[in-house]
Amino acid sequence: MDGVKEMKSKACPRETYGRALLKAAEEDRRIVALDADLSGSTMSCYVRRSYPARYFEMGIGEQNMVATAVGLALSGKIPFVHSFSMFVTGRAFEQVRQSVALPKANVKLVGSSYGFSDFGDGATHQTVEDVAIMRAIPNMTILSPMDPGEVEEAVRLARAIEGPVYLRISRSEMEFLPKEIPGKSMLEPSLMAKGEDITVFANGLMTAEALLARETLLEEGISARVVNVSCLKPLPKEMILRWTGDVEAVITIEEHSVIGGLGSAVLEATALEPKPTFVIGIDDAFGQSAWSHRELLEHYGLTAAAICRAARALLKRG
Amino acid sequence: MQNRDMDYLKARARQVREGIVRAIGVNNKGHLGGSMSSADLVTALYFYKMRHWPDDPSNPDRDRFIFSKGHSVLAQYAALALCGYFPLQALPSTKKLGSFLQGHPERDRTPGVEANTGSLGQGLSIGLGMALTGRLDSRDYRVYVILGDAELAEGQIWEAVTAAAFYRVANLVAIVDHNKLQATGVISEMYDVGEIGRKFAAFGWRVLETDGHDLASIADALDAADENTGQPVMILAHTVKGKGVSFAENEPSFHNGALTAEQYEQALGEIVSGWGEGNEK
Repeated sequence: MDGVKEMKSKACPRETYGRALLKAAEEDRRIVALDADLSGSTMSCYVRRSYPARYFEMGIGEQNMVATAVGLALSGKIPFVHSFSMFVTGRAFEQVRQSVALPKANVKLVGSSYGFSDFGDGATHQTVEDVAIMRAIPNMTILSPMDPGEVEEAVRLARAIEGPVYLRISRSEMEFLPKEIPGKSMLEPSLMAKGEDITVFANGLMTAEALLARETLLEEGISARVVNVSCLKPLPKEMILRWTGDVEAVITIEEHSVIGGLGSAVLEATALEPKPTFVIGIDDAFGQSAWSHRELLEHYGLTAAAICRAARALLKRG
Repeated sequence: MQNRDMDYLKARARQVREGIVRAIGVNNKGHLGGSMSSADLVTALYFYKMRHWPDDPSNPDRDRFIFSKGHSVLAQYAALALCGYFPLQALPSTKKLGSFLQGHPERDRTPGVEANTGSLGQGLSIGLGMALTGRLDSRDYRVYVILGDAELAEGQIWEAVTAAAFYRVANLVAIVDHNKLQATGVISEMYDVGEIGRKFAAFGWRVLETDGHDLASIADALDAADENTGQPVMILAHTVKGKGVSFAENEPSFHNGALTAEQYEQALGEIVSGWGEGNEK
């Protein structure tokens, strides 16, 4: 976030999201947007300005907002529901479970500022558990884009998928990252960089960290494969096992609790064909305020350096 | 629909009550009390007021009915079966493993059910969303939502009441089944949300009132709700929990109780003979 600004290679994902949603709304009259007084942060404000009749300001009432979206969806609309990740998954959990997921309502839940990316607001506004909550709900699709390109793709996919989708959008800038071997879409894990000794599964901003770690490890003679997993659910186990069978060990890293997120999903997939695995994430703790997102990622050990330490320990080197 | 023949509607209401009892059966728990208190409201909606097509249940112009107090769905199952959405003979399979008739309404499973409800407090918001679609798409359907009086303790209800007034959805009609009992006792002694009509009015709703067991009065209220004043409409329906079955009326234990074989036969007998009809308060 802080370092050298390479304007062409980075973008603000919520800005990208807002533009992508506007484009989708231009193309598809069924799309409507709802927000709970955060449209300037979630960037649903672009739809609000361009299509005021298809934007519903619901006030600071997330539970009513989510269930109203269900009514819109069950009568033919494609509602994109916006709030901070914490509130759309937490405050409205039961509405999501009962009224969205159970009847497979075509509602898109857009959780902005997930993880520590709302650094200043502290633990109340940060999420450590949003993926764990959403993964436990049947019928849910969870998308956590790793770069601005995937944010655009996620909006297209969310529109195309018939049914509930939870889309996580970070508040922090993201680099555009090239894929070595892309999945068919971001619904499938993508090989970001080849490697033979160890596989690192990552998503969101952590994918860039994993690629950085790979460079460092390479200098130490460790060959790390990096696999990006942007779709946390559904995640068929073959798609994980494909990348774990031929390596000595596995690392997962995510901006989320070590409980219930990507690490858990990988371990569930590899349970019958296990590898020594190190799950890097937030260690069952709440966040706190800081003056930058980077400070929090470093404080909670969500960095390339943490991946390198884990790799050395797993491979008993260094 | 729009059949104001009161003998016809009364006969339908008896059949709905009979269907409720058959859906509960013997020795299985079932939500008799709330289903009976809503039975006449549901009858008036399906057999008098609503525009709906049992052979075309997803017609976009249909009126929508959402049973926010979803535990009373037995009344809706009976009405749907009587309308021909599915066979009447299916009612006793309610809650059986694998049945398309669940303990609470599920739209994926049951033809004619519009939303999954029963986790209380969510149905009015869903109705609001459907009403907004109707306006966006210039369709003239109406959305009817039956709420329980005890359900009004849910905070989300008041979020939806506020939002519906703000968006001036005149095609949304809430009907409060005011039976004065909650699951564990009498509302006035347990948890009373206060003056329901005045609260809705203060939130910007047009408020109508009816005897919830007098079919002519219910029909009048539903017709009056058609007038577009730019406001959502709340019909406060005064009802009796367990209405139509002597031993269940005003009896909290029949909120969700089982019937013995004798009680089952007695209930059917009273319903068929019209016990208690005409002595509406």
